[in-house]
Amino acid sequence: MKPAPFRYHRPQSLGEALALLSGHPDARVIAGGQSLGPMMNMRLAQPAELVDLNDLKNLSFVNEHENALEIGALTRHHAVATSPLVRKHCPLLAEAAQTIGHYAIRSRGTLGGSLAHADPAAQLPLVAATLGAEIAVAGKRGERRIAAKDFFVSLMSTALEPDEILVSARFPKAAPGERHAYLQFSRRQGDFAIVAVACTLLHQKLKIGIGGVEDKPVVLLDLEPSDPAALGRAAREAVDPTENPRVPALYRKELVEVLVKRCVAKCLTSS
Amino acid sequence: MLDFELTVNGERHAVRAEPRKLLCDVLREDCRLTGTHVGCEHGVCGACTVLIDGRPARACLTYAVQMQGHEITTIEAVAKDGKPSALQQALHEAHGLQCGFCTPGIVMTFEAYLKENPRPSEEAVREVLSGNLCRCTGYQNIVAAILRVAQAASDGKA
Repeated sequence: MKPAPFRYHRPQSLGEALALLSGHPDARVIAGGQSLGPMMNMRLAQPAELVDLNDLKNLSFVNEHENALEIGALTRHHAVATSPLVRKHCPLLAEAAQTIGHYAIRSRGTLGGSLAHADPAAQLPLVAATLGAEIAVAGKRGERRIAAKDFFVSLMSTALEPDEILVSARFPKAAPGERHAYLQFSRRQGDFAIVAVACTLLHQKLKIGIGGVEDKPVVLLDLEPSDPAALGRAAREAVDPTENPRVPALYRKELVEVLVKRCVAKCLTSS
Repeated sequence: MLDFELTVNGERHAVRAEPRKLLCDVLREDCRLTGTHVGCEHGVCGACTVLIDGRPARACLTYAVQMQGHEITTIEAVAKDGKPSALQQALHEAHGLQCGFCTPGIVMTFEAYLKENPRPSEEAVREVLSGNLCRCTGYQNIVAAILRVAQAASDGKA
């Protein structure tokens, strides 16, 4: 349970970090290290070069724009969950961030790290996909912005190129009167969700995001806010869970039905 | 091998280690501070929790080399002049430990948490404690000890 050897780099600017990545094809960036760290300790990841982004303090911020909050990649989950701006304008994001791992994990793990890691059961990819966030990545050719639906490609695989770094994400602000709810189920507090459900309701249109079920978050759009039980059954039919010896696909379908029903009911009655 | 300096509990330590050496191993083997315990080595059990610039972190998910320029606080710095902290005293009085393996991680987690939230609910305490595995106590007395500290903070304010 010790990582394989690597060379350590500690860039002092984004430009320096990008130059390191383009010069070393075997490099990985590390920020909070709460996903990459365990993978390296278990030697599931063995990067030859490790590029530590923790000195890039200007990547840690929450900025308010007219229609969106822009959050820097190095912003820790705890800062996202407790930020007054996030709580006010993106309450679904704050609520979901509060459920990530544990207190010490949230104090260290970063928004950019979770999005780039793209675990299909993780909270932030689910919220980004559900809210239609836009993800900004920097590379030597400049910056580009990618819609969440195009960013998450498959299991732990994104549109990020090996020589690019995720720098920020823009989450649309909740509109006046918009409601939301978030629910997840895991065997133990702090584990990755077996199924997670996020939903929003605006102008009598429901959006339901489902995580943990397929290789990336599933988002169902423009649903009529009808009977929660009927929506649960519809969601169950809409997902195609990955078969897993410890979590049968049928079990995940059952969970999707129950959690969507409860999440919609919670959303309809929230204020 | 790299040569670097670590600041642990306000003291500087000259360290020579590979970049891959985990902070928990450097603390124990190079700084000779064996109060930080090493359990699962992948961030799950919480035994190795220390403070980095005052915030709790898993020392097994941190490479010591990353900590140059940061302040590390370990369990050795919690008691002052041989006097246990309020939390340590409460754990003692409420029988909040048995074998003690998980205790340093729990103390470091809650030293930080209670500073941020001096009067948490029992539910909040249990949510935070979920990040530290204890195989002896069943958690009841740990929760009781932490709530005792929270209660004392409330009484002090009243």
